[in-house]
Amino acid sequence: MATTNRPDSPDRETLVQMYEIQNKIKTTDERFRSMLTSGQIQLIYYSPRGQECISAGYAVHLRPDDYVVTIYRGLHDHLAKGVPMRELWAEFLGRSTGTCKGKGGPMHITHPDSGLVVTTGIVGSGIPIANGFGLAAQLSGTDQVTVVNFGDGASNIGAFHEGMNMAAVWKLPVVFVCQNNLYGEHTPMSMSTGVEYISERGAAYGMPAVTVNGNDPVAMWHAAGEAIARARAGEGPTLIEARTYRFYGHLMGDAMEYMPKEERKAAMAADPVPAFRAWLLENGHATEAQLAEIEDKIVAMVDDAVEFAMNSPEPSLDELYTDVYEEIIK
Amino acid sequence: MTTTEPRIIPMGLALNEAMDIAMGLDEKVFLLGEDIAEPSGGVYKITKGLSTKYGTHRVRKTPISEAAIIGAAVGAAIAGYKPVAEIMIMDFIAVCLDQITNHAAKIRYMSGGQTTVPMVIRTSAGAGRQFGAQHSEMLEAWAVHTPGLKVVVPSNPADAKGLLISSIFDPDPVLFVEPMLMYWDPQYACDVPVGDNRIPLGKANIVREGKDVTVISYGKQVHDAVKAADILAGEGVSVEVIDLRTLVPLDEATVLASVSKTKRAVVVHEAVTRCGFGAELSSRIHEELFGTLAAPVARVGGQNTPVPYAKNLETAFVPQVADIVAAIKSLNK
Repeated sequence: MATTNRPDSPDRETLVQMYEIQNKIKTTDERFRSMLTSGQIQLIYYSPRGQECISAGYAVHLRPDDYVVTIYRGLHDHLAKGVPMRELWAEFLGRSTGTCKGKGGPMHITHPDSGLVVTTGIVGSGIPIANGFGLAAQLSGTDQVTVVNFGDGASNIGAFHEGMNMAAVWKLPVVFVCQNNLYGEHTPMSMSTGVEYISERGAAYGMPAVTVNGNDPVAMWHAAGEAIARARAGEGPTLIEARTYRFYGHLMGDAMEYMPKEERKAAMAADPVPAFRAWLLENGHATEAQLAEIEDKIVAMVDDAVEFAMNSPEPSLDELYTDVYEEIIK
Repeated sequence: MTTTEPRIIPMGLALNEAMDIAMGLDEKVFLLGEDIAEPSGGVYKITKGLSTKYGTHRVRKTPISEAAIIGAAVGAAIAGYKPVAEIMIMDFIAVCLDQITNHAAKIRYMSGGQTTVPMVIRTSAGAGRQFGAQHSEMLEAWAVHTPGLKVVVPSNPADAKGLLISSIFDPDPVLFVEPMLMYWDPQYACDVPVGDNRIPLGKANIVREGKDVTVISYGKQVHDAVKAADILAGEGVSVEVIDLRTLVPLDEATVLASVSKTKRAVVVHEAVTRCGFGAELSSRIHEELFGTLAAPVARVGGQNTPVPYAKNLETAFVPQVADIVAAIKSLNK
C-alpha cells in the first residue's frame, strides 16, 4: 500500500478531493490515449499517467489566486489547478473555443482565472519565470504562492541552477516541485544526473529540500503543505522532489525500448490511483457509492468536453496575426 | 512667450531620467540587472542614484544569471508589473535567448492574448572600444526576426529618453539597444526636454531633408550618415537622412515615401551586413519600388566577421563615413 497512514492525515473532505483530482486526470488521460490510438484525434501527447498524486497533493493547498507554472507534460497540473475541462479539450484539439483560442496547444495551456499562468515546452524554462510571479507577490505584499513543476531532466539545465539560486537569495514565495519520474526523455536519471536525489541539490542554494514518495498522496500532501505554508509566511522557497514513474514513456507513440519491461510492469502494478482508492475505502474515509458517483460525474464531464471540443470550429484565419502584439504589426 | 535654455546632456543621463520618470509615474515599474544599484549604479552608471531614490526592492541587483533575470522579468510582467531588465552587454543576450525568444516574445500569442509581457530589456551594444568579439556586437537582427518583440535603437539622448519612456509603458516586450559609445561622449550630447517627452514607437525621424539619395540608418550610424551628407552637399549631392528609431514596428511609410522621391537608397548599420536589418529593408524597398528605382539599394554594414580586437582591425570592421560616401556615389554613377 503506497499511502501512508498517519494520525495527522488530511481530513476526509480533502482526501476525497485529492482522489477526485487524481481520477479526473486518469480518466482524461485514458480518453486522450484511446482517441489517439483509434485515430479519432491527432496531436502531440505527453501522458501524465502515474504522476497524478503529485498534482493533487499540492493543488488542494492552493487558492485560485495562487500561481502554477508547468511544462509540456502538464495535463495533470492543468486539471489539478482547475483549468476547465471543455476549454482544455478544445485547446488540445486546436479549436477556437480552447483556453488559448487554439493558438497555444497542449504545450502552452494558459488559464489565468484558474491561476494556471504558464505552460512551457522548453525544459527548465518555467523555473526562472516562476520567480517573477513570486517576485510580483513579494513586491505587492500579497501572500500568493507560486508552484512550479518540472521533471528530473530539468534539474540538469542552467535555468534550474540560476532560478533556484535567485529564489533563495530573494526569499521568493515559490515552491519548486521536481516530478522525478526517473527519465529525462529517453535517458534514465542514473545516466544523466550526478546525485541520487534531486533534493540533494537544495543545499547548494541554501534552500530547504525534501524527497517524498510522489505516489503517496498523504506524504505528498504533507510535504506540499509545509512548503506552501513556508512560502505564504514569507519564509522563502522550498524544493520538493516527488519520486514517481511515467507509465507511457516520453510521448505518445514512444516505443519505450529504453525502459526495462519489468520496471515498468512493477510501477504500473502499483498504480497509485487505484491504490489510493482502495486505501480510502479500507480506512473508512469514503464509501464505494461516494467514489462511484464521483467517477461517473467525471466520465460525464469528459464526455461533455470531448463533444464540445469536437464540435467547436477551428480558429478563424484572421487569428493568425492577432495576439502577436497588442496591435497588429505585419 | 518664454524661451528655455537648451539643456545639453549625454545619453547616459537621458536614459537615467527616463527610468526616473517612469518609476515616479507608476509604482509597477521596477528595474533589475547586474550591479545596477548603488554604490555603483551600474557598470555604465546609467541607473546611478535610482536605488537610493526608489529603494533596492525596485532597483534590484541580481546574481550574474541572465536567464534568471529575464525569466523573473517575464513572470513579473505577466503578473502585472512593468520590469526593466538590464543585460549589461548585448552579446550576453545569447545566454538568455530562450527566455527572450521562446517566452517574452511568444507568451501573448501562445496564450491567445490572455497573458501579456510588458517589459523592456535594456542593453548596451556596439564596437569601438576594443572590447573584442564578445562585448561589441549589434545583434538587433536576431530580435527583429522574432515576432512578438519590438526593437528600438535610439540615435541621440532626447530620442533615447522619449523612446525609453514609451517602451516602458508599451504593452509588449521591447528590446532597447543602447549604443555604448554614445552614453557619456559629449559629442553625442544634445538638448533633452525636461519631463515626460514620450516618442511613439514606429515613427521614424527625417533628420535631414534631401532630394537625390535617401540614407536610412539607426543608432550611432545616423551621425555618420549626416557627416556623409555634409561632405556630399559640398559636391552638389542632396542627401536625405532617415533615422528609423525603431525597427519593429517599422515606419515603412516614411521610408517608401522618401525613396519614391529620391529613387535611390542606402541602408547603413553597424551590425554584420549578412542577414542584417539592411537586407530586410533593402528587400522591402525593392519589392515596393523596383520599377521606379534609379539604382539598386546599397547596404553599408559591418564586415561579415566577429568584431576584432586590434584597433586597426576593429576600425576596419565598423562602417565609416567614407564607406557611406562611397556607397552614395556608387548610386549616382
